[in-house]
Amino acid sequence: MGIKIKTRPFGEIEVREQQIIDFPDGILGFDDVRKFVLLDAHDENSPLKWLQAFDEPDLAFVIIRPVDFMREYELVVSMNDIEAVGAETAENLIVFAIVTIPTNPSDMTANLQGPIIVNPEKRLGRQAISLSDRYSVRHKILEEMKKAAEG
Amino acid sequence: MLVLARRLNESIMIGDDIEVVIIDIKGDQVKLGIRAPKRVTVHRKEIYDEIRKENIAAMDSRVKPEELREISEIFKKGKDEREKK
Repeated sequence: MGIKIKTRPFGEIEVREQQIIDFPDGILGFDDVRKFVLLDAHDENSPLKWLQAFDEPDLAFVIIRPVDFMREYELVVSMNDIEAVGAETAENLIVFAIVTIPTNPSDMTANLQGPIIVNPEKRLGRQAISLSDRYSVRHKILEEMKKAAEG
Repeated sequence: MLVLARRLNESIMIGDDIEVVIIDIKGDQVKLGIRAPKRVTVHRKEIYDEIRKENIAAMDSRVKPEELREISEIFKKGKDEREKK
């Protein structure tokens, strides 16, 4: 049975319990928000998704998988982060980056310093901290795409 | 806050298995070596602050859901161009 929630992008919608992801430690700056729902954008083929807070209608992040705009991406996080989502290896985790969209959307950036990792099996999520010095809080998405296209 | 004075090459223990060594002191910069079990995470505090600040910036950017549709077009174009090559 569906659960009705209020969302920022779509108003009131019904979600399945299986769509709810627990973030036991919240997300930095939003530490008290512990439950999120992963939603497709209007265009479900868009690589952009919504990470909507379950009980705060106004709180929703735009997120993207790094592999959808980068040629190569490697998740480098501590064992502590991986174990926090109930996993033993990073293999089956889904990785997202939070997207910041300024007034000119072409300048949108993705935060790869603090990747969101989700264990779909246990429906646990966490904002990890990248241990790789290649990744920062602001990667220009369009520039990365250009690089990827140039091969 | 516990305050301890240490000299070069001296160290402190946190619990039984975390050691912090003063490796180098130059002017106002101190180099620390940290020996800890793999499960213990060590990050510069600025990293947390940067991520927190960026999360808040992402939330404040308040893109309208309709706008996201246009923005998604950018990805389609990028993909088409890649497929052409």
